[in-house]
Amino acid sequence: MSESAAAAAAAEHGYRGLSEFPTMEATQIMSDKTEDNNNNDVLNFKATELRLGLPGSESPERVGFMSLKSSCPVSGAKRVFSDAINGSTKWVFSPDVKDIKPAVPVKEKKSSAPASKAQVVGWPPIRSFRKNTMASSQSQKQDGCDNNNNTETEGCETKSGPEPCLYVKVSMEGAPYLRKIDLKTYKSYVELSSALEKMFSCFTIGQFGSHGGCGRDGLNESRLTDLLRGSEYVVTYEDKDSDWMLVGDVPWEMFICSCKKLRIMKSSEAIGLAPRVMEKCRSRN
Amino acid sequence: MDLRLPSKVLEHIFSFVDSNEDRNSVSLVCKSWFETERLTRKRVFVRNCYAVTPAAVARRFPGMRSLTLKGKPHFADYNLVPDGWGGYAWPWIEAMAEKSPSLEELRLKRMVVTDECLEKIAASFKDFKVLVLTSCEGFSTDGLAAIAVACRNLTELELRECIVEDLGGDWLSYFPETLTSLVSLDFSCLDSEVKLSDLERLVSRSPNLKSLKLNRAVSLDALGSLLRLAPQLVELGTGSFSDKLDQEAVSKLAQVFTELKELKSLSGLWDVLPEYIPLLYSVCPGLTSLNLSYATVQMPDLVELLSRCSNLQKLWVMDLIEDKGLEAVASSCKELRELRVFPSGADVDETNVAMTEQGLVSVSEACPNLESVLYFCAQFTNAALATIAKTRPNLKCFRLCVIEPFAPDHKTHQPLDEGFKAIVESCKDLQRLSVSGLLTDKAFEYIGTHGKKLRMLSIAFAGDSDLMLHHLLSGCESLNKLEIRDCPFGDTALLENAAKLETMRSLWMSSCGVSFGACKLMSEKMPKLNVEVIDEHTPETRPDSSAVEKIYIYRTLAGPRLDMPEFVWTIHKNPEIGVSHLAIE
Repeated sequence: MSESAAAAAAAEHGYRGLSEFPTMEATQIMSDKTEDNNNNDVLNFKATELRLGLPGSESPERVGFMSLKSSCPVSGAKRVFSDAINGSTKWVFSPDVKDIKPAVPVKEKKSSAPASKAQVVGWPPIRSFRKNTMASSQSQKQDGCDNNNNTETEGCETKSGPEPCLYVKVSMEGAPYLRKIDLKTYKSYVELSSALEKMFSCFTIGQFGSHGGCGRDGLNESRLTDLLRGSEYVVTYEDKDSDWMLVGDVPWEMFICSCKKLRIMKSSEAIGLAPRVMEKCRSRN
Repeated sequence: MDLRLPSKVLEHIFSFVDSNEDRNSVSLVCKSWFETERLTRKRVFVRNCYAVTPAAVARRFPGMRSLTLKGKPHFADYNLVPDGWGGYAWPWIEAMAEKSPSLEELRLKRMVVTDECLEKIAASFKDFKVLVLTSCEGFSTDGLAAIAVACRNLTELELRECIVEDLGGDWLSYFPETLTSLVSLDFSCLDSEVKLSDLERLVSRSPNLKSLKLNRAVSLDALGSLLRLAPQLVELGTGSFSDKLDQEAVSKLAQVFTELKELKSLSGLWDVLPEYIPLLYSVCPGLTSLNLSYATVQMPDLVELLSRCSNLQKLWVMDLIEDKGLEAVASSCKELRELRVFPSGADVDETNVAMTEQGLVSVSEACPNLESVLYFCAQFTNAALATIAKTRPNLKCFRLCVIEPFAPDHKTHQPLDEGFKAIVESCKDLQRLSVSGLLTDKAFEYIGTHGKKLRMLSIAFAGDSDLMLHHLLSGCESLNKLEIRDCPFGDTALLENAAKLETMRSLWMSSCGVSFGACKLMSEKMPKLNVEVIDEHTPETRPDSSAVEKIYIYRTLAGPRLDMPEFVWTIHKNPEIGVSHLAIE
C-alpha cells in the first residue's frame, strides 16, 4: 500500500498525527484496523458502555486520538504541536502525508532550525473581523505604492484563479429597496430576465433581444421601439462610460463586462435611450 | 382566606422586576404568577436560538417588545464552525412578524441575517426602533437601506463586527429627512464611503444622537465637521485618523474636541498618526471607555495618552502597549474595571516581546476594581498568576491566552497548573475563565474543586486524559457553557457525566477523542439534548469507535432542528445510523 493511499485511508477513519509515523507504521495501523473492524461489535460495546466505575479504572481500547500515541507522561511535555495541527487542520482534510509539516515541538524550539509553521485553524483565538482588519491594514501599508501605479484592468481580461462574483445593484422605479444580483450566475439575457421577473414580480419586463451585434442583424430603432411598446417596464443598465443603455443590445459577454448597475424603469422614459444605443453601436463599429 | 393578589396588583409589582433571572424565578412560584409574569415581560433573551422555537416564545410572551437572540457557538468567532451550520434569523423574524408585530427591538449575535430578513423587519414592525447585529453575516448594504428607509422611529442601528457584503455607501442616503429620532448609529465595520453631506444632514437632524461610530472611510476632515454638528456625543468611534492636515485644520480639530463635554467612550482611531494623538488629550479626563485595539499607537504615545485618562474603566489595547505602558495604566487608571490586550502581530512569531506577564501583574496590583481581563501574551508564569490571584480576588472574568500552545512557565518550565489553581482558589466569584499554556489534568482538578461559580470555561491544547473532563463536569456546579478544542479525552467522562449536560446551555468539543458511538449513545439516552456531530466525512463509512471532528451538544425544548446542513449528523436526521444494533444490557 502506497504511503499516500495508506494515509488517505487512515484519514478517512479519523486518525490524527499521522505525520509522526513512518510509512511502515502507517501500514501497521491499517492492518490492525482491519482486525478491529471484524471485532466491531465487541469493541463498540466496550467503548460506548455507560459504566459506574471510577474514571480510568478501565479505559476502553479507543482507536483514534489516544491510541496513536504512546501513553502520555503526566507532565504532558512530550505531546507535540504537530498533533494539534494535524488534528485541527482546515476543513478539507488533506490526506497527503508529504504536505503536512509538523511545527517544531516547544521544547526543542531553541535548538533546531524552525520548521515551516503549519496553520492551526482558529488559533490564536482572534475574531475573523479583527484578523481581516489587521491583515488589510498591514497590506495597505505595504501595497499602498503599488496600487496607485496599476492601471485599472478591464473586467473582461481572463484572470488566473477563481473568477470573482460580479454583483450589480438592481433598482426599480418606485421600489424603495435595491436588490443585488451576481451577473455571473446567468448565462443569457433570458435567464437574467426571468430572474429579475421573480425578484420584482409585480410587473412584467419587456423581452429584450438575446442576439448581439448592433447594426449587423438589423437591430434598428423601429425594432427597439416595438419591443418597448410591448411592456410597461424595461431594464436598462449603466455601462462603463456611465451611460444608460437598454439591456439586450450587445452580446451577453460584452454586457456583463460593461454593466455597472441595472435599473428597471418605465418604458415611456426609456424610449429616449434608443437613439443613444444606435450612436454607440455606430461608434464601436 | 384567599391571599391571592389581584393580577392588576401583581402586574404593578412585576413591572419593577427588571432582571430576567428574577422574572424566571417569579414565574416558577405558581400558575397565576407565571401568567402575570409572562404577560408583562417586555424583554426576552434567548441565548441559544435552537433551544426553543420562535412560535413558543411568541406564544408565551405576547407583550414582547425586545428580543435578543444568539445563534452560533462562541468558537464560530474563530472559524471553527463551518459555513452553513445554521443560526438563521429568518424563522424568528418571520414568526415575530406574524405573532409579535409590536416588536420594537431586535438584538442578534452570531446569526445569519439576510437582506430578506432586514426587508421583512422593515416591512413588518411598524414601531421598530432598535437593531443591533453583533458578529452577524449574510446581508448586504442593500438590507441596511431597507431598514433606513422604512423604520420611521428608528433609534439605534448598530453593526458590531459584522461581515457585510458592501455594495457601496448609498444605504445611508436612504434615511428619510423625517427621521429625527436617531440615538445610536454604528457602521464601523463597513468599508465603503458614505456620502458626507447625507451623513452631516442626518447628524444635524438627530438631536438625540448620543453614539456615533464611523467607519474607516470617514476622513479626519469629515470627522471635524461631524463633531461640530454633534457636540453632545457620549460615544464616538472615529474613522481614519491619518489624513495630512495643515496647521490651521489641526487646531480647528483640536478645538472641536474640546467641545465634546459629554464624551465618555472613544474608539476607532484607525491608522492614527502619532502627531494627532494630542488632539485627544482634552477628552481623556472624561473617558470611561477607550478602545485602541485597532490603533497602531506605540508605547510612548500610549503612555502620554493613558496617563491623562484618570477615570478610565474600560481599556482595549494592543500589545504595542508593552509592560511599560501597562505600568503607566496601573499608576494612572485607578478606576479600571476591564482590560483587554490583543496581539498586534498575526501569529506567535510576531508577538510583541516587550509585553510579558509583568504588564498584567502591574495592573492587577494597582487597580482595585479590576474584574475582567482578556490578555494575549507570548508566555506566562505561575508566579505571575499567583500574584494576580492574590491581589485581585474580585476577578469575575479571566481569559488568558498564551499564544504558544503547550507553553510552560517560562521560568520554571513547569505546567501552569499551580498558577490557575491560585486563580480559582482566590477568585471566588469567577464566572468566566479561559485557560492556556501547558496544563495537565491537575489544573482541571483544581478548577473542578474551586470553580464553583464558574459559568463559562474555554480550553485549548490542554490536559492529559478523560480525567480532565470528569473533574470539570462533576465539580463545576454552575457550569453553563464549556468549549474545548484539541484536548485528548474520549468517551468515558462524557458518558459518565451526561446528565450534567442537561443543566448546561451547551458543550462544544472539537479535535478531541470522542467517538461517533458515544455521540449516538448520548443522543439515544438524552432526548432533551441535541447532539450534533459536525464532520466532513460521512460517519456511516467509519466504525463507531472512530473519533469525530466536532461535537456541539445543547439542551433544547425544540427537539432536533430542521435546518441542518449535510455535514451535521444526528441520529434524528439520520436514523439509519441509530444505535439499535448495539446490545446494551
